Amino acid sequence: MRALGASAPSSETPLVLVGRAGRKRAILAANTTALTQGIAPGMAVAKAQALIPGLVVQDTDPQGDAAALERLAVWAFKRYSPVVAADPPDGLRLDMAGAAHLLGGEPAFLSDISRRLADSGTAARIAIAPTYGAAHGLARFGRSPALVQPGDLAASLAPLPIAALRLDAAVIDGLRRLGVETIGELAALPRASLALRFGPEVGRRLDQAYGRVSEPFELVEAPELVRVRRAFAEPIGAPETLARYTGKLVVQLCEELERQGLGARRLDLLFTCVDNRIEAIRAGTARPLRDVKRMTRLLCDKIETIAPGFGIELMTLTASIAEPLSYRNASSLIEPATPDLSDLVDTLANRMAHGRLYRCAPFPSEVPERSVQRVEPLAPPLGVTWPADWPRPARLLDPPAPVEAMALLPDHPPASFTWGGVRRRVKRADGPERIFGEWWVRDGELSAVRDYFQVEDEVGERFWLFRRGDGEDPNTGNHRWYLHGIFA
Amino acid sequence: MISDVPDSTPMPANPRLSALRDQIARIESGGKRARGILPFGVPTVDRRVPGGGLALGALHEVAGGGNGAVHGAAVALFAAGIAARTSGQVLWCVTRADLFAPSLAQAGLHPDRVIYAEVGDEKAVLACMEEGLRHGGFSAVVGEVARLPMVASRRLQLCAEESGTIALAIRRWRRMADTADFGQPTASVTRWRITALPSEPLPVPGIDRARWLAELIRARAGECADFELEACDEQGRIALPADLAHGSADAGTGRLGAIV
Repeated sequence: MRALGASAPSSETPLVLVGRAGRKRAILAANTTALTQGIAPGMAVAKAQALIPGLVVQDTDPQGDAAALERLAVWAFKRYSPVVAADPPDGLRLDMAGAAHLLGGEPAFLSDISRRLADSGTAARIAIAPTYGAAHGLARFGRSPALVQPGDLAASLAPLPIAALRLDAAVIDGLRRLGVETIGELAALPRASLALRFGPEVGRRLDQAYGRVSEPFELVEAPELVRVRRAFAEPIGAPETLARYTGKLVVQLCEELERQGLGARRLDLLFTCVDNRIEAIRAGTARPLRDVKRMTRLLCDKIETIAPGFGIELMTLTASIAEPLSYRNASSLIEPATPDLSDLVDTLANRMAHGRLYRCAPFPSEVPERSVQRVEPLAPPLGVTWPADWPRPARLLDPPAPVEAMALLPDHPPASFTWGGVRRRVKRADGPERIFGEWWVRDGELSAVRDYFQVEDEVGERFWLFRRGDGEDPNTGNHRWYLHGIFA
Repeated sequence: MISDVPDSTPMPANPRLSALRDQIARIESGGKRARGILPFGVPTVDRRVPGGGLALGALHEVAGGGNGAVHGAAVALFAAGIAARTSGQVLWCVTRADLFAPSLAQAGLHPDRVIYAEVGDEKAVLACMEEGLRHGGFSAVVGEVARLPMVASRRLQLCAEESGTIALAIRRWRRMADTADFGQPTASVTRWRITALPSEPLPVPGIDRARWLAELIRARAGECADFELEACDEQGRIALPADLAHGSADAGTGRLGAIV
């Protein structure tokens, strides 16, 4: 968790962290290399050093670890979800309910966060489950990454060891002595005798894992963020009331942003319900924004997704990403005014998944499906377009559809082709346009070739066909024909 | 390209009739001024379309004929040509991401000018179009939909009238059987069907500029018409085929010399 900087030993070096466990000094944590060589947490340092010559021993630093965890929580808060909490000593809690769709769904989120953590050199185990108790246990004792749907909750919890329930070591020992190993076995026992023998904690943890009692969040605090809040003496719940107070909070936030010369790029509106649930609205903007009307509209657009339950007693509005707001020319005598589309882009982008609102731009590649890249809708104009020397079809089939074609090798267009069970006779044709594989993208494309033909059938419909291979050398392709696009 | 005054009137006008027409137009638009016309730049076509071109601030429907009703390729280029001849940013709402941007660039629509919105269903396409039309910052809003109910088209038409943005609904169906839907009434001002035609044979192997049959199926306060056209050039302009525009090529009356 802690960064050791350039002095860090490589991951192949066995490393253990040593600290005080009860009255003796013992190993508290070890890296994967050390673990595979027989080190176990709780082992005495001398024994470990006898086992592995050249073992690197370092002291634990609980304060440093806690601070690093807090920093990681702030990172996750800015990047992934408005509701994040650090779960010491080694965990993070994220509520993905209102945020996963903006990242392209939960599987996309899982792969994104795993990749980013791995890139930063942090080994992490991740689970998404309907309750925090279940996610906590699955991340530590299940398969990672895990994605559990509400219907599979009981089935996925049952095989986990009871240590996954966040119970005291003494309680776990006691349960083991009774022969209870897994959560499934524990859940099947009568609750009253369990409570008599081990206290109420066992029942509470079980209920938290199965989602029968709620578990409040202690949110991560980032003091540098601009944040305004409003508490209500009487809980509120009507959508109109929520919208009205959202408007009031936005006014406060804008005043605070103006004082600091900032504009918001991301807004998080949190509703704390009387039963300690937290509901969240997250809205992003394409450019730094400090406009009361537009902010209110972005947030109020989503108020219908909030379930107030028994009522809301606290509303918090945070500008979780804020950037300096630069001045712009409102009008100019020389150039005609260009209309400002950023408010519409924000409204639409917050309604759909990330990346679904875009502009296309040329990408330097000859292969048609790679020649288009998506850029942000409000990126500055690039001023470049695709070369116009060869015609390109209006619709591109992805993947290209295999067709049966009759053609003279090596360089004649097909005389006829069959697509979707319909045979079309080619009346006119143009080509070939030869496109070579890009060996710098994939090794297999080193000698690959595609020959493209534009053909017109009897009724005037135009198609874009290609043949894999140059028609002579079988190394360049298998000479099959494909339909890649439709002109008209 | 955009002019507030139509280049040519549909027919030799009776002054009293045209005064009455103006009056009706004023009543229909609720006192808002007319938004101008986007002419095709082809006099033969502009003469037959009421007002002398496509009305800005109105909804126009286009669909493909034959297989084009399903793949919607020619019709996308037709719409791109119209959008290219407006002057600002264009919003293009789709449910299927098979539109190939380089072809739109070849029809005159520079990639910097188009913002694509890829949404999940048709309802979202209509909502997106409406939002774009109401904003007024776009010069054209294009949407690809299969079903266009009367209520939805009326809403689009009202939003377009309000902001002066031209709205183009590309009707594109999943199956040929669904294309009968095109007969249902909508609130659009004009309705076009674009079908591919065989192009002119060249004296050498190759393909000439594509040809379309553009049918004006419905026009508010106008009559149906059909035109044989050449596809959009790199500035989005359609053209009449040369043999129709100039008649048959005749022998020139220039001075010819022959050297042996």
